[in-house]
Amino acid sequence: MENVLEVKNLSKDYEGFHLQNVSFSLPKGCIMGLIGENGAGKSTTIKLLLNLIHRDGGDIQIFSKCNLTHEKAIKEELGVVLDESNFPDNLCARDIDLVMKSVYAKWDQNVFSSYLRRFALPDRKRVKDYSKGMKMKLSIAVALSHHPRFLILDEATSGLDPMVREEILDIFLEFIQDEEHSILISSHIISDLEKIADYITFIHKGKVMFSEVKDSLLEDYGILKCTHTEFDQLDKELIIGCRKNQFGVEALVRRKKLQGKFLIDSAGIEDIMLFHSRGAGR
Amino acid sequence: MLQKTHDLEKALENSLFKVYYLFYTINIDLDVIMYIMYIYNNNVITGSDSLDIIISNSNGKPIYEQITSQIKNLIISGELKPGEALPSMRLLAKELRISVITTKRAYEDLERDGFIESITGKGSFVALQNSEFIREEHLRKVEEYLQNTIETAKIANISLEELIEIMTMLYEEGER
Repeated sequence: MENVLEVKNLSKDYEGFHLQNVSFSLPKGCIMGLIGENGAGKSTTIKLLLNLIHRDGGDIQIFSKCNLTHEKAIKEELGVVLDESNFPDNLCARDIDLVMKSVYAKWDQNVFSSYLRRFALPDRKRVKDYSKGMKMKLSIAVALSHHPRFLILDEATSGLDPMVREEILDIFLEFIQDEEHSILISSHIISDLEKIADYITFIHKGKVMFSEVKDSLLEDYGILKCTHTEFDQLDKELIIGCRKNQFGVEALVRRKKLQGKFLIDSAGIEDIMLFHSRGAGR
Repeated sequence: MLQKTHDLEKALENSLFKVYYLFYTINIDLDVIMYIMYIYNNNVITGSDSLDIIISNSNGKPIYEQITSQIKNLIISGELKPGEALPSMRLLAKELRISVITTKRAYEDLERDGFIESITGKGSFVALQNSEFIREEHLRKVEEYLQNTIETAKIANISLEELIEIMTMLYEEGER
């Protein structure tokens, strides 16, 4: 399958934080969830994709084109939502419509006003009087109104109530009905991604811990529950992360590697993420 | 409404007859048929024009398996007829709020097992000649039930002769 996004050995050095050799790719027509704790490097990665900050190494291809040399052409087909609304406070949706019309060649006023109606956003009210949910919906409406092929969203659903998140999730699923469309979404609210994402890329302390098909992650990993003695006899190589308490041990393991009879619960994406960072922290 | 009920009844009768005939030709215990019919009945009676697929997050089965087994049941019960179009993978993923890769895998498995056929650019359809597969699927189920029976019998030290005796009795009782 053709990749819409290819990231190779991406790195960025900040004082006290390094994004190291980040590599992953997203096939066309799929949704990828970028997960990781706060400060793991999710937003840095997204900023690098958009060439908002200078990179110190690596290669990024969007629509099989280099994101630096073809920046304009790529952005014409990219819908972007960042974690905060960046529209000037004093504008209303109508003004934004006019501004965007001259920004994007393919800006579609009809699509934009249909999204405004759908989201019940008043078009004469100033952005500063919008609620947080409304601002986010406005950003999403803007991101979708120039017929993009690829959506990049940074924490687009965090801080929103479950009803709005649900509504936005629906929009994403509608968007993906076209096989040419793809979505990259970063979030630390895993439950949203757990439902709809095809791929999960987990970034921890500036490194990619894994980038895999969600279903195989859920299949591969399991939470082993055992006693302390049993745990001590296990090959430590098999343990990705563990949580010990007074009465027993819970550990994240790869199901297939474990021989013998054990009590293994299924692990959610959140468990996998938690245990991974715990294990790596040892 | 009446017309619809009538249609459903007809579909039910039709599919039950097919199932019965299928089992009759391979001499399978009537009780097993009844049990399977009981399961499939629910599908046929509650089924509407739309496809019913229900995903449970707490049932330990992977989601793609839940989809394949439910679509298989719909095909076996006759609710999905040969040649009928299935929802697109993307639509199914959207409606069930699951990953496209999951639905893709389910459809691939169904295709591999001969239940559906996928035509690039057109979609997926219930396979035209699947009576062979339906028969095999039924046989597999029958085997599974018999396996359970045998396991229970072994725990209680019931001999094979006794088991056959019980089965013969039940089978004949059912015929009367």
